[in-house]
Amino acid sequence: MSTLTFRLKKDLAHSINCAALTPENLAGKSIPDIASLMLSNGRSELRVDAVFEISGQPITHGLQTIHFKDSSCKLDYLGAHITSGSLDITGDVGAYLGFNLNGGTIHCHGNSSAFAACNMVKGLLMIDGNTGEFLGGGSAGQRKGMRGGTVLVKGNAGDRAGDQMRRGLILIEGNAGDYCGSRMIAGTIGVMGNVGMYAGFNMKHGTLLLLKKPAVHATMQDCGMHTLPFLSLLYQSFSKLDSQFSRLHSQRVQRWVGDAACNGNGEILLISA
Amino acid sequence: MIINNIQIDDTFAEAFNMRATRVILTAQNLKWAYHAANAMTGFATSVIGCGVEAGIEDELSETETPDGRPGVSVLLFAMGSKVLMQQLETRMGQCVLTCPTAAAFAGINSEDQINLGKNLRFFGDGFQTSKLITDKRYWRVPVMDGEFLCEETTGMVRAIGGGNFLILATSQSSALAAAEVAIEAMKKIPNVIMPFPGGVVRSGSKVGSKYKTMFASTNDAFCPTLKGVTNSELSAEIESVMEIVIDGLCFDDIASAMRVGITTICQLGESSGVKRISAGNYGGKLGPHHFKLQEIMQAGGA
Repeated sequence: MSTLTFRLKKDLAHSINCAALTPENLAGKSIPDIASLMLSNGRSELRVDAVFEISGQPITHGLQTIHFKDSSCKLDYLGAHITSGSLDITGDVGAYLGFNLNGGTIHCHGNSSAFAACNMVKGLLMIDGNTGEFLGGGSAGQRKGMRGGTVLVKGNAGDRAGDQMRRGLILIEGNAGDYCGSRMIAGTIGVMGNVGMYAGFNMKHGTLLLLKKPAVHATMQDCGMHTLPFLSLLYQSFSKLDSQFSRLHSQRVQRWVGDAACNGNGEILLISA
Repeated sequence: MIINNIQIDDTFAEAFNMRATRVILTAQNLKWAYHAANAMTGFATSVIGCGVEAGIEDELSETETPDGRPGVSVLLFAMGSKVLMQQLETRMGQCVLTCPTAAAFAGINSEDQINLGKNLRFFGDGFQTSKLITDKRYWRVPVMDGEFLCEETTGMVRAIGGGNFLILATSQSSALAAAEVAIEAMKKIPNVIMPFPGGVVRSGSKVGSKYKTMFASTNDAFCPTLKGVTNSELSAEIESVMEIVIDGLCFDDIASAMRVGITTICQLGESSGVKRISAGNYGGKLGPHHFKLQEIMQAGGA
């Protein structure tokens, strides 16, 4: 039985809100019912079948997978609010991928725009390409960003990755932009590539796990070289991921603590080979 | 019942409901894991005076522990959840937090969770940090040797304490030698501990005393030097009695340990000096769990 698939059939002039297209929302709906759903497109609305070519079998419950093919950066809020099931996306996506994600799995085989994993609570979000600013951050008005779950980015992340992150795990195999882990409250961010300026700016707690030496700003205090046993537990949790992070094993790290500018007790750990 | 010329008395061991927990202690090497575990399970032979009964259950290799270091698993039993929580926190704080390189992890799953490192973290004086890794919370407390790593809670389960059997022999050395062999075999059984020194008790007790302040006193019926002056359970040739007390997570665990211990002693035969195997009870009125020696041995094919 072929799975429910949405293939983008035209170039979009404006972004559309795809929050309605989730396994839970579509479970039990027939193809004509799905086709007649309306997607917000700025000040107007578009029928689903005006945007997507729909194929495959309707899904019967929220645990199933939905495919998106030929997607573009105009598709915002893909996988928003889902608590179960999974999305498999071939192509790029717009902003707010996995917004309020509260379970389930999203796999984006392309790039995503800003605010991926915004307000995320639970689940797994994988982005094979690059992602924009505020990965795992909080939406406007929120004082906390991501509160749980795992985000794996195979490419690069923009500025402010993990801004106000409260809990959870963000792994970036490529580079991260400026202010990585800014205002971080807790949680863990791993970056294999370079990080930009002001990593851990105003961080309160949490861990920035780096493989390349950052340009540490003045209010992160060097605490020297250490062997930290908790890293073995952390690495074990990486082992189930299809990621280069699963190969980490060294518990030897250089540790900076801060941000002293806000009396923070967060840490930057630079893994030593 | 007679096995290999050793008599198995038609009696039973009387055991009680307890609360138990398991903690996995790891360290840089087994030597330091044992230092932590020995300290933590020290002065924990009987709930009568120690609050908890505790012992080392098993030795764990690097592949069997959460942090990939060698370790040991420790079981602690108490008469109630409150005492168990108090004793666990005290022993963790004084014996494991203080032990070089030691770390502590939950060793048992249960809906009932009790504090392991939850309050110990305050030793970090604000420098402690937590990590939530695959839905388990760990505390990292900065200490002088580096970091003390400890899981926040561990499970608490209902368990049974006070399973036992008595080894009646013609000499003290014979009784002790048989007990030692039994303990070695019983150590291989999971989910049980033998909390007394070396796993063996020489001062089995009865309930009550002629002295008002004492609620337990020597089990005179099994004291060989009182054969002529008390209502003795001992025949003329019995010169020494040793007891093995077993606490376990469930009835079958204790029954298995008793069966293995008694079988091992019986295999020694009559020449070992052991004449009888009996058990301690209070007439069946105090403890809800009765371990009938002959039924246990028959279940094992004896």
